[in-house]
Amino acid sequence: PSRPVEKAIRTKLTNSLKPDHLEVHNESHMHAVPPGSESHFRVLVVSSQFEGLPLIQRHRLVNEALKEELSSCVHALAIQAKTPEQWGSNPS
Amino acid sequence: LCSAADLQKDLGEMVKKDKVVVFMKGTPAQPMCGFSNAVVQILRMHGVDDYAAYNVLEDQDLRQGVKDFSNWPTIPQVYFNGEFVGGCDILLQMHQNGDLVEELKKLGIQS
Repeated sequence: PSRPVEKAIRTKLTNSLKPDHLEVHNESHMHAVPPGSESHFRVLVVSSQFEGLPLIQRHRLVNEALKEELSSCVHALAIQAKTPEQWGSNPS
Repeated sequence: LCSAADLQKDLGEMVKKDKVVVFMKGTPAQPMCGFSNAVVQILRMHGVDDYAAYNVLEDQDLRQGVKDFSNWPTIPQVYFNGEFVGGCDILLQMHQNGDLVEELKKLGIQS
């Protein structure tokens, strides 16, 4: 199936944060939404752009990149934002 | 337009009125969303029982207003001493790395 929202999330985070590693998980099936929905996501973003930034600033960068999706179809977005160093010592 | 401006002013006072303020879906006794429930559980684990919780499901203006106020797109939202702390993920990571205990200490709450 084509997953336009998942694809958009991937593209936008890739373009704005140049991640070393990026995971986009559609977790909508775990919620009370119709099959095939793209409403609940979890992202793991590993980027050197997070270095020296407190957690809240990192999350703001992710939220900003996905502003359009968050104001329309995406109801929930769980964010893990790590530096390459943090990712190296704890890859989860 | 005027009432939206009033709400922003009210929010400025609401977040300062109590040491810990949570905007959530549902109530601490009956959270209506897993993320809001996670925040309630984390606070409970740290012995924070006495906090102000506002149910955004009861008030659509509040639901949008608090997002504009914090420039943060999702609910729940947690405030300590009038300062925006973050949502569920940030609170969870602060719980895991020990920062939450430190922040609560600053508020005079021993967890």
